Amino acid sequence: MTRLVIEPVTRVEGHGKVSILLDERNRVQQARLHIVEFRGFERFIQGRPFWEMPVVVQRLCGICPVSHHLAAAKAMDRIVGGERLTPTAEKMRRLMHYGQMFQSHSLHFFHLASPDLLFGFGADVGKRNVLGVAALHPELVRQGILMRKYGQEVIQATAGRKIHGTGAIPGGVNKNLSIAERDELLADVEQMVTWAQSALQLAKDYTLTNLELAQGFGDFDSNYLGLVRADGALDLYDGGIRAKDKAGVVLFDHLDNQRYRDVIAEEVRSWSYMKFPFLKALGPANGWYRVGPLARLNICSSIDTPLAEAARAEFVRISGGKPNNLTLAYHWARMIETVHAIEKVRLLLHDADLQGTDLVTSGERREEAVGIIEAPRGTLIHHYKVDRDDRVTMCNLIVSTTNNNEAMNRAVTSVARKYLSGVEITEGLLNHVEVAIRAYDPCLSCATHALGQMPLQIELFDAAGRLLHRMAKGMAAR
Amino acid sequence: MTTTRILVIGFGNPGRLDDGLGPRLAEAVAAAALPGVSVIVDYSLQVEHAAAVAEHDLVVLADAAVAGAAPFTWHELPPDAVDAAAFSTHVVSPAGLMALAGEHLGARPRAFVLAMRGYEFDEFGERLSPGAADNLAAALAFLLPALAAGRLAEPADGVVRT
Ligand code: NI
Repeated sequence: MTRLVIEPVTRVEGHGKVSILLDERNRVQQARLHIVEFRGFERFIQGRPFWEMPVVVQRLCGICPVSHHLAAAKAMDRIVGGERLTPTAEKMRRLMHYGQMFQSHSLHFFHLASPDLLFGFGADVGKRNVLGVAALHPELVRQGILMRKYGQEVIQATAGRKIHGTGAIPGGVNKNLSIAERDELLADVEQMVTWAQSALQLAKDYTLTNLELAQGFGDFDSNYLGLVRADGALDLYDGGIRAKDKAGVVLFDHLDNQRYRDVIAEEVRSWSYMKFPFLKALGPANGWYRVGPLARLNICSSIDTPLAEAARAEFVRISGGKPNNLTLAYHWARMIETVHAIEKVRLLLHDADLQGTDLVTSGERREEAVGIIEAPRGTLIHHYKVDRDDRVTMCNLIVSTTNNNEAMNRAVTSVARKYLSGVEITEGLLNHVEVAIRAYDPCLSCATHALGQMPLQIELFDAAGRLLHRMAKGMAAR
Repeated sequence: MTTTRILVIGFGNPGRLDDGLGPRLAEAVAAAALPGVSVIVDYSLQVEHAAAVAEHDLVVLADAAVAGAAPFTWHELPPDAVDAAAFSTHVVSPAGLMALAGEHLGARPRAFVLAMRGYEFDEFGERLSPGAADNLAAALAFLLPALAAGRLAEPADGVVRT
């Protein structure tokens, strides 16, 4: 039976448009991913008191509010001179962050990526979705829901509420973790570790079984960037900036994250609202980089939790010690981080500092500060200036999805070259383009304007710029 | 007789003008503290809401609509509606949420979609447009008595239905 369901509610997270430009001989010259960036956020917060920032920035994005909450709080710590948090404050923030990493990665894997991985990219769209997964692997869908729910409960216990949390404040936090909250989270944590490990196994097996496919699907060399701890270990909450090139050579290391502008610049291109960040020393043509799970696995020297570290060692072995350059390896890397995040949650829940009562600190007041965090999708940069009347006068944000802008364009170009035949967009091409973009888990909501009724649209142009074909997907039908 | 357990989920981003209609409605319902009525406010419908949905007898999904009739539309979701279209979207649709609850969490209660017409979505701001504020008031005038009576299925006068 076919039943068309048209929801009256037409707002969606955002939309992506891909345009493919052909040359004179109808070969793919370039493909472009257009994500319409939502403007006006700077104006929205200018003039507001700085202490509102950790709460108000959550309005920027309904998909990853916790990342913005924490990045803004880290910047405001410095504004009040309170960046050396008390142990309770730092651990509460970390617990919140690992909770959101766990829920975000779980949602992506179980509900967005698993249909692609289980059914293949060419499968009928009616099957290649979460309900298709449900029919064959009901336990996966249920686990995905409950892992996501668990992460949200961690967020609620640390941020005070699931949305519009207030937990992180300039210089610290406004609550600790009660024994009752701790015990409730402890009750399910072993189950979560087990499920995360089986998801990791699934992602690893998929990548290894399909290595040949992955090696010809949006694979390309790049630089990689992210935060690492002082000893080079993976650190999702804080650290210095490290960048590596395609061969794994360290370009710079432990750079004070307040100085990000010394190494990163942003290029504007006429066809895109979203900027293209690059490493200044290498210039825009060669200095673009990738962020997110794949980049973090490529740049870190180790992981400080045993299950994730063992998984990292296997991951590194596949690419012979060099950075792994496969777009599809993002899935495996993401599940290694999921295991790491829940191992961290488990450790923190056993740490008595979370019941401490020393919550806030402060020091010498500053007028400018940067807060950087490794958000689920990659490095997230918040930069503010605050005047003497405590008003925000300047704000610059580089969100994870923007950091991966060039990489996503390359991935789409590479897939279009391989799967476009003739001058017509096929369902197969649309699917493959979608899979390539999805591997990066872009947050369209962070980077975009909210109203789009066609979640993905592809347009094909000839060398003279004439539109040859257009195809869209997104109607709710089955 | 046991009380009917009703769940109201109001969703949208209150920082994007009329997109905040759903959260505002949910907050007003929560403030009314009606027996047997629980409320969730969130930016969007998410898979984990399926767990809460499965624990209720009736569900109201309240959102802003960018098109359609004013002040609001009200309709029951067909019990077998599914909707799985997604391009890397991190949210689920009303029908998708109900399908998840039914197939994976053991219960698919009757669900109603309340779509309040909004007009301004295109910038950041925490106000409602005047028209949206009127529509919110109309929606509350319809919904609160129905919730208090525990009867959602019955049509009310002046209500636009789809
Ligand atoms: Ni976001």
